[in-house]
Amino acid sequence: MTKTLTIALMDPPYETETTTTAFRLIDAALRKGHKVNVFAYEGAVNLTMADQAPHPNPVKGTSAEEEDHPTTKDWVAAMFQAYPGKLDWVNCGLCVDERGAGNVIEGAQRGAPKQFAEWSEASDATLVIPAK
Amino acid sequence: MGKYLLIETRDPFDSSDVQRSYDLAGGLADEKNDVTVFLVQNGVLPTRKASAAADAVTQLCSKATVLADDFSLRERGIQKGELVKGVKPTSIDDLVDLVADDGRKVIWH
Repeated sequence: MTKTLTIALMDPPYETETTTTAFRLIDAALRKGHKVNVFAYEGAVNLTMADQAPHPNPVKGTSAEEEDHPTTKDWVAAMFQAYPGKLDWVNCGLCVDERGAGNVIEGAQRGAPKQFAEWSEASDATLVIPAK
Repeated sequence: MGKYLLIETRDPFDSSDVQRSYDLAGGLADEKNDVTVFLVQNGVLPTRKASAAADAVTQLCSKATVLADDFSLRERGIQKGELVKGVKPTSIDDLVDLVADDGRKVIWH
């Protein structure tokens, strides 16, 4: 049975393993046919920053292409592409302004915590993933 | 009877909060609630029999359903044979089912 899940994220990219787990969870829920709402709060608004770029590894002398590190904006973009219409992603507007993170990938939107409250009320389940 | 899912991401040697989380799970189970603990990330480290925290996990298994994320186990090189009796390796798909389960309260730590 298809359900609607709302998930709040707070961790910034490249900081903790929690981001990977959250992405795995979101992807698995979408793969099962569920609708997923993500409210990105605090540092999590940086997950969808369009300006992210992979980097080379000067210690090993490898190029960015050889390193092939995924960026979080590419992970989120891949989920938008793989599950059209099933993923809604809203970044907290005040958090975006504080961090200068307004240039986001297509699909990510700007909103306010009110959105999270409305989503939670309308969802079958809500999961808050706090920062450590 | 309530239904609870506690998602534990931390190792007891990283955070002393973890024992509180186990105690919460045990307490809810003692009150006849349906309790599942999903261990993920470094939360799977105490599932090894060799861990000094294994006794706490064994005690937890006697009260609640204890699942361990197979991806996190694989990342840390933990084999099924190393696990404390009662811990069940499972996939992230099962975590989705638990989160989506009607009426189940979910706590992430």
